[in-house]
Amino acid sequence: MTAPAAATPVLEAQDLAKRFPVAGGIGGRGRVVHALNGVSLSVAAGETLAVVGESGCGKSTLANCLTGLMAPSAGSLLLQGEDAALMLRREPMRFRRRVQIVFQDPYASLNPRRTIGDTVGDALRIHGLAARRERRGRVGQLLAEVGLAEEHLDRYPHELSGGQRQRVAIARALAVEPVVVVCDEPVSALDVSIQAQVINLLRDIQRRRGVAYLFISHNLALVRHIARRIAVMYLGEVVEIGTAEALGRRMLHPYSRALFAAAPAIGRPSHDPPHLDPGRPPPLSGDVPSPIDPPPGCRFHTRCPHARPRCSAEAPALRLVDDRLVRCHFAEEIAGHG
Amino acid sequence: MTALLEVEGLSVHFETARGVVRAVEDLSFAVERGQTVALVGESGSGKSTAALSLLRLLPAGASKIAAGRVRLDGRDLLALPPRQLRDVRGAQVGMIFQDPMMALNPVYTIGRQIAETLRLHLGLAGPAAEARAIELLRRVQVPAPEQRIHQYPHNLSGGMRQRVMMAIALACRPALLIADEPTTALDVTVQAQVLALIDELKAELGMAVLLITHDLAVVWETAQRVIVLYAGRKVEEGPVGRILTRPRHPYTAGLLRAAQWAADGDRLAEIPGTVPSPHAMPPGCAFAPRCALAEDRCRRQAPPLRTLEPGHVAACFRAEEIAP
Repeated sequence: MTAPAAATPVLEAQDLAKRFPVAGGIGGRGRVVHALNGVSLSVAAGETLAVVGESGCGKSTLANCLTGLMAPSAGSLLLQGEDAALMLRREPMRFRRRVQIVFQDPYASLNPRRTIGDTVGDALRIHGLAARRERRGRVGQLLAEVGLAEEHLDRYPHELSGGQRQRVAIARALAVEPVVVVCDEPVSALDVSIQAQVINLLRDIQRRRGVAYLFISHNLALVRHIARRIAVMYLGEVVEIGTAEALGRRMLHPYSRALFAAAPAIGRPSHDPPHLDPGRPPPLSGDVPSPIDPPPGCRFHTRCPHARPRCSAEAPALRLVDDRLVRCHFAEEIAGHG
Repeated sequence: MTALLEVEGLSVHFETARGVVRAVEDLSFAVERGQTVALVGESGSGKSTAALSLLRLLPAGASKIAAGRVRLDGRDLLALPPRQLRDVRGAQVGMIFQDPMMALNPVYTIGRQIAETLRLHLGLAGPAAEARAIELLRRVQVPAPEQRIHQYPHNLSGGMRQRVMMAIALACRPALLIADEPTTALDVTVQAQVLALIDELKAELGMAVLLITHDLAVVWETAQRVIVLYAGRKVEEGPVGRILTRPRHPYTAGLLRAAQWAADGDRLAEIPGTVPSPHAMPPGCAFAPRCALAEDRCRRQAPPLRTLEPGHVAACFRAEEIAP
């Protein structure tokens, strides 16, 4: 693995796999969901790595594995060079102080019966980071850092707007001074005008604290600007990974290309819908196949406009093509076509 | 020729424990035959309430259509007796929603749900209805429709369910399709498929579409006219190509900038603050507390909608000053 590797990784996944047995159902015995398969990626101090993909690509399972909320079935996870599985077994609090998570829906991740002050204060209390007397003041500072006021300390989640709730979730994650925050679709549930506020806030925090983000999203247009590197996932595998600059210039994997082309954008030269625009790859047909029985060979071949016999027989490896890693037998050829 | 749908002065109010919420206030617009008109806004803008009121689908009791007229082909839908209104729903106007799982009945097969519409409005039954249901599913690009009609909603993916809803909505070849956030719950590759399908069917059936969405990029690629709502009121309306490139209302301009990056790619332009609570609407312009251009008169009196160019209206005293 060369080229787009991170400088000094703070969090590094090597060949991570996660399989779930399928529960119940007639004839369902012995069947397995392959949620993650051979995922290797890393994030360096102070940088943002974005992971993009659609439903079922495994991005949320990846978030859960990286934050120790789920044990991977295979592969390893290193936190600042240390074996994370071991750390989670022996000193779980040490792991959790360094790796935090912000979820998509802050309403579901905040306790509705506790005040904002209590929720953020809990993080400090549990990790023994502030004496009881100092706690309220420290929580006040954290709220100020995420753009909330002193008056929010005694409010409950239902009294806040969606954007404010997400700020609380961010403050709670920051309370323990983590080195990595996994952001799992942190703005997807917010209105556009509020999304911008939260994205800018995450940026300011990163500048100030040097925290690394693993930013999970389905929105390619958004991550191209906030991430230094991007990993595109499909059906449990990384299909393309490289710098945002390289991928922004052009995508080489047919799925990355289709994903980007499918996203509507204001000001595309052709005012026509995607299927009438000759300069744009046609929309993909069909749905993402079931991860219970992923297709043999390349997992994307059932929907790929460039698929050939080799694709259904032989699984492509993630390999270096130009300035990024791509999982496609014919990446050079596709690149040649522009 | 008059427009297919004409909405005039529509106001919808909700009675709540904390007082009357004016969810939609004095909304007027028209949809021409064969045209797609987008109703856009963020949470609480009143876009879904407005769409639901057109067919009087809001729960009676709590909500009240306080004023207005909704004319479809010249007939006032708000004055129709319930029986006649039922004939309009599903026959002349089809509707699809964001979450097809909520709109489809989980205990009936797909085939039966499509057949119900065919029986109610077209009097089709038995094998004729089944054959038509299969044909409709094929038209909305559901693979293997002969098998699908025997399946239940939970057997289908989100994209497939949305297609089934479209099959039901289009069963009677409606003149108007109301699509309330039809692709918001779908992945982008599936969204592209569904939007392309709506477009094809629109051309084929000569249907008009009222698209309710929060996504301006979807508006750009699918609609001809756009109406921007803020806190229950129309703040701007015009042709999509103009509104999304040269907006004249600070809210529209702010929404567009919030999704675009500064030249150095460093920051997004925020709209500060949040939508006012419906219980504490500011006097004057509802957007004034978040607006960089707001001045005294904006806080005192609500700016009226003004025509800036033919077909382009905006409700802002300082519309002319907004940089193109």
